[in-house]
Amino acid sequence: MHEQPLLSVQHLNKQFGSGCSKCTQLENRGLTKNYCPNCGTIYACQDISLELYSGEILGVVGESGSGKSSLMKCLYFDSDVTSGEAYIDDKELKGKNLFALSAQRKRYIRNHKYGMVYQNPVHGLKMNFSSIGNIAEKLIAAGNRNVGEMEAIGKSLLEKVHIPIYRMKEEPQHFSGGMQQRVQIAKALSNNPPVLFLDEVTTGLDLSVQADVLDLIKNIQRELGISMLVVSHDLAVIRMLADRTIVMLNGKIIEQGLTDQILEDPAHAYTQQLVYSLL
Amino acid sequence: MKTKPHFAFLDEGSKKEIRRTILKAVAIPGYQVPFASREMPIARGWGTGGLQITLSLIGKEDVLKVIDQGADESVNAVSIKKLVQSTTGVEITEQTADASLIQSRHRIPEVPLTYKQILVLQVPMPEPLRVYEAKEYKTKMLHAEQEYSGAWLMLFEQIMKYGKTSTDADHPVYVNDRYVMAPSPIPRFDNPKMNQSEALILLGAGREKKIYAIPPFTDVTSLAFEDYPFAKEDFTNKHCYLCGADDVFLDELIDEHSGETIYQCNDTSYCMERLNSNQKEEVGSVDA
Repeated sequence: MHEQPLLSVQHLNKQFGSGCSKCTQLENRGLTKNYCPNCGTIYACQDISLELYSGEILGVVGESGSGKSSLMKCLYFDSDVTSGEAYIDDKELKGKNLFALSAQRKRYIRNHKYGMVYQNPVHGLKMNFSSIGNIAEKLIAAGNRNVGEMEAIGKSLLEKVHIPIYRMKEEPQHFSGGMQQRVQIAKALSNNPPVLFLDEVTTGLDLSVQADVLDLIKNIQRELGISMLVVSHDLAVIRMLADRTIVMLNGKIIEQGLTDQILEDPAHAYTQQLVYSLL
Repeated sequence: MKTKPHFAFLDEGSKKEIRRTILKAVAIPGYQVPFASREMPIARGWGTGGLQITLSLIGKEDVLKVIDQGADESVNAVSIKKLVQSTTGVEITEQTADASLIQSRHRIPEVPLTYKQILVLQVPMPEPLRVYEAKEYKTKMLHAEQEYSGAWLMLFEQIMKYGKTSTDADHPVYVNDRYVMAPSPIPRFDNPKMNQSEALILLGAGREKKIYAIPPFTDVTSLAFEDYPFAKEDFTNKHCYLCGADDVFLDELIDEHSGETIYQCNDTSYCMERLNSNQKEEVGSVDA
């Protein structure tokens, strides 16, 4: 039996620069890492295809500069793709390439179908608006116009991410990094999006907060059945969260499969090195 | 050498550009159209946007009224009137009903406007999303994508902080169900006057180089949440101590002798008109 993927990405390419005669063909580009030494074009994502199924957590690992964040930005429409297609399993949007939609429709998908937690809370939160306001922003964007309702949802979410309610009117700029990250998660979850993107959520947090945040993510997945795409360079995070994992190197997918399989029996030389360097 | 000043101060090329901008603004209600704001003999931020619209529209038959926060005699209104009159020679009036062109700062007159009139409002901050997003190229995209959660969020924050929306002026409005627009710092009391207005309303921001418009008979609704409906300033049980009007926007004053709080019409010409008509009635009753 074949299940329909919730989000399917096909042949996604993202490059910075126009390319030259030496690097435009797909095979044997002659790149140094992801960079063409002749014209300076950077191939951040090359021919990425992936599928995200309902309720699963898909991990993406790779070293710095391997194209993980570029991929996330493209999927969340923060930056435009060079080429490629994405489809979402949704009544209204079925069979439509998401990357080819109008900016207004993309905005609609961001507001109604997606949630995003950035590595740096500065990108996901309005630091000078209250925490409850930040959560309301997402709800307002999704069409809610009832203050009482939004306040109630915001309160229950803040409780869920262990932010004391008496601090809900405080601005996230006064919060610690870990608290900011948790407010960001609450915001991303506020309108129950079917797809959640998590970009290096635990990087830079101390270990106890890291554990809290990971716990929270795992619980959310179990309770709400939200599909997540988790980007991290930390294999421990991937091991704990992800059901399936994709390994990226220099803008390409070099290996993918069940997380256990990849961690126990890595096939690609780079993945082997990555796994063996895990402390 | 003394050069003869051009009719209505601006050269014809400038007027043409401003009129074209106005036409575009009327065609897209609520959309801020950029224009090349001219250097004027008053400082930017002192009504140059409104003044440029007035000067580019005014003709010899026009009758002009200029208001500054409801007052016809305040310095800013008087200087603008003088400039326009000395360069055009048009008739100046204080009666709202007699004027064909009304330039106003921060008020819409109490006397209902008609389809024969044009109201020009001076705007300090044309971008309703500016507090939420500082970058112009981003606010332009937000308008294009009809993404107005920022404007709503600002009202939400006020409700969280103060238990109600605390915009005393410049409460954002939806124009024609498309663009969210800053109505210029008019009190909330005047917001409903914009809805289905008979008169053409033009808004000019000289410093920010934007012109936008509400064509006659356009839907204008103030932003409000379901459980926090839009409310005008409340003047129940208050009335003007001069003319007795109780259905107008009132200024709060302190009587220096008695120390009591008293109220007075903000629209001075409206108050004067009422006082004059009351006077006539008294005289009329004596004659009879």
